Amino acid sequence: MSEPRMPIESGVPEMDAYLHPVLKKNYGQWAWHERPRPGVLHHVAKSGDSIWTVRAGTQRQMDLYTIRKLMDIADEFAEGYVRFTIRSNIEYMVSEESKVQPLIDKLESEGFPIGGTGNSVSMISHTQGWLHCDIPGTDASGAVKALMDDLYDEFVKEEMPNRVRLTTSCCQINCGGQGDIAINIQHTKPPKIDHTQVANVCERPSVVARCPVAAIRPAMVNGKPSLEVDEKKCICCGACFPPCPPMQINDPEHSKFAIWVGGKNSNARSKPTLHKLVAAGVPNNPPRWPEVSAVVKQILSAYKADAKDWERIGEWAERIGWPKFFEKTGLPFTKYHIDNWRGSRNNLNSSAHIRF
Amino acid sequence: MAKQMHDTPMLDQLESGPWPSFVTGLKRLAKDNDMMVDLMGQLETSYETRKGYWKGGTVGVIGYGGGIIPRFTELKSDDGEALFPAAAEFHTLRIMPPPGMHYDTNTIRKMCDIWEKYGSGLIAFHGQSGDIMFQGCTTDNVQPAFDELNEMGFDLGGAGPAVRTGMSCVGAARCENSCFDEGRTMRMLVNNALDDMHRPALPYKFKYKVSGCPNDCMNSVQRADLATIGTWRDDMKVDQEEVKKFVAARGRKYTIDNVITRCPTKALSLNDDDTLTVDNPSCVRCMHCINVMNKALSPGDDKGVTLLCGGKRTLKIGDLLGTVIVPFHKMETDEDFEWLEELATEILDFFAENALEHERTGEMIERIGLVNFLEGVGLEIDPNMIERPRMNPYVRTDGWDEEAAKWAERKAQ
Repeated sequence: MSEPRMPIESGVPEMDAYLHPVLKKNYGQWAWHERPRPGVLHHVAKSGDSIWTVRAGTQRQMDLYTIRKLMDIADEFAEGYVRFTIRSNIEYMVSEESKVQPLIDKLESEGFPIGGTGNSVSMISHTQGWLHCDIPGTDASGAVKALMDDLYDEFVKEEMPNRVRLTTSCCQINCGGQGDIAINIQHTKPPKIDHTQVANVCERPSVVARCPVAAIRPAMVNGKPSLEVDEKKCICCGACFPPCPPMQINDPEHSKFAIWVGGKNSNARSKPTLHKLVAAGVPNNPPRWPEVSAVVKQILSAYKADAKDWERIGEWAERIGWPKFFEKTGLPFTKYHIDNWRGSRNNLNSSAHIRF
Repeated sequence: MAKQMHDTPMLDQLESGPWPSFVTGLKRLAKDNDMMVDLMGQLETSYETRKGYWKGGTVGVIGYGGGIIPRFTELKSDDGEALFPAAAEFHTLRIMPPPGMHYDTNTIRKMCDIWEKYGSGLIAFHGQSGDIMFQGCTTDNVQPAFDELNEMGFDLGGAGPAVRTGMSCVGAARCENSCFDEGRTMRMLVNNALDDMHRPALPYKFKYKVSGCPNDCMNSVQRADLATIGTWRDDMKVDQEEVKKFVAARGRKYTIDNVITRCPTKALSLNDDDTLTVDNPSCVRCMHCINVMNKALSPGDDKGVTLLCGGKRTLKIGDLLGTVIVPFHKMETDEDFEWLEELATEILDFFAENALEHERTGEMIERIGLVNFLEGVGLEIDPNMIERPRMNPYVRTDGWDEEAAKWAERKAQ
């Protein structure tokens, strides 16, 4: 028997071989850019060189026929180099302006939307969901597809006050991350425990340690070592489920969506912020999750109508105040919006600043 | 010719509408791929029952302990037979892309050919931690698929309690705001920690993200254990002729409402002749005015990086943003890169030794306090690290004179 092949531990490859020649030549030497139209960037280097980038939306989870089609377009209509953005948009770089329109025409004729630049709603960064995750409360690709169908016009235009970055997550680990609007599973009932399995599958002390509110304790159930949950304390976060699958947190009816707004990673104007809960109890309703789309569109239309230029959703809410945010979006304000976690009093109004 | 397709009335509803449909892609693959036929069967079941049916397990490649995401179906008949047997194993290979996710078409075509031979034909560009996700592989095919991708010059990314795949922005390759070589930095940070990536033995995940300017397009402040963000410490550059052109084109009201008054520290003033005055010591490098007037304004010449540590999402103690641990360091010479490599190693080692199981750096710092962390990794305190001084008196200050003397000594240097 031959020796097993050991991996070449090469790590992250060097970028050079994959860079468009104009990008390589002008590396670190760019001067300015403009957006001639939504979905197109024109960068000018200090050398005087120009590069045009055409950005198109993709479905992220791509079959190899779609990928080969995108590569055919790159070879025939662009210059053989592409890159992907953090939100799974594909970018084609061309060194001649005359190539831009034929490239756009070809991409559009093949069903790829051109946009996602500037003050648009870009593609949703999302997770794996039922397609591949071991702990999902919902699907990701399907919810994103349905929502992007609804937001298509906002992707191909740049008509928002500032950029809008959406994320979705299939559990409260929130792999989708922070966003101007984040659409995340929020469980509403404690885990259902299969006591026959806990001792076989789970390392009980580490499960106890995972609980943010110390609601889990070891217990003997029907003569077998297991775990029990103090359901009055339980915040239904699901942290116990990944290390202990017999503590099933996903529930077809009670795992709902919550909608969060105002996450911002950029330092532009205001400091980076985390997103804030604005709606919960939204049903997990495949295949097209219409209730999720309705809430997202409600928030986006209020933001589009009312925010000043360059205000992100969180900045808009801070300026008009949260009472007006709930008024303008039509979302109900409930006791669940009032923080009671550690540091919560920092999130309460300790002033006489009241808007009327 | 593949097995017959299952009825998928719910998934079918995701074929309509203007956005590209992943379901149409899955169906195209299923025409000659039994795994995708059964994958669609299982996914349709999830849509009907609103439940997931994958469990993890142990699948890997020789020489590594991580990087493969194993998935075995849990959708079985009463006698334990998989209901969708061709997709009973549906593992993912996480493969690290080049920095900035640049590709030539030939490379991606080769990847497609390999995945057609060994996998389902489904690839995600990219997963949330920045990997190319080759989704859908049997246990037997994981090793040969990896071997061929590895021979192409690509390596497995991170999974589990390990250093994860890094991300860096397009940066110097195509952005005028780039303040350092983001790609080189990310590649150095990750490739210096490959042992901790490929042989998971850390308390929990550890992420490097690299953004070329404070716009932080890689979300590093919210997601990275060590965020490297470009900045500059001299004056921002102003091309007054371009400022005048901007004002002439967009109007004074637009300029005042959208540039001048949007400055968070009121460092901008529009002069009567439509030129701009910048109060540089007040400027916090937020990027807003540069973003809006990118032809007229740009970062200064004395560029470098700010480092923040401890960003993470909810579980277990709640969301945390990164905290400044190095306000500024140059990132130009080989010595600068070596300094960062050494510091990153210190931080990773400190994390490995001091974090509790399943604790991220942010939680560790919250538990032990920033000062203990800084002392542990050999960094000096700096007032840029705080939003404001403490507001409570619960602190022993009997070392005050020594600490004040240290500060005076540092100031004198």
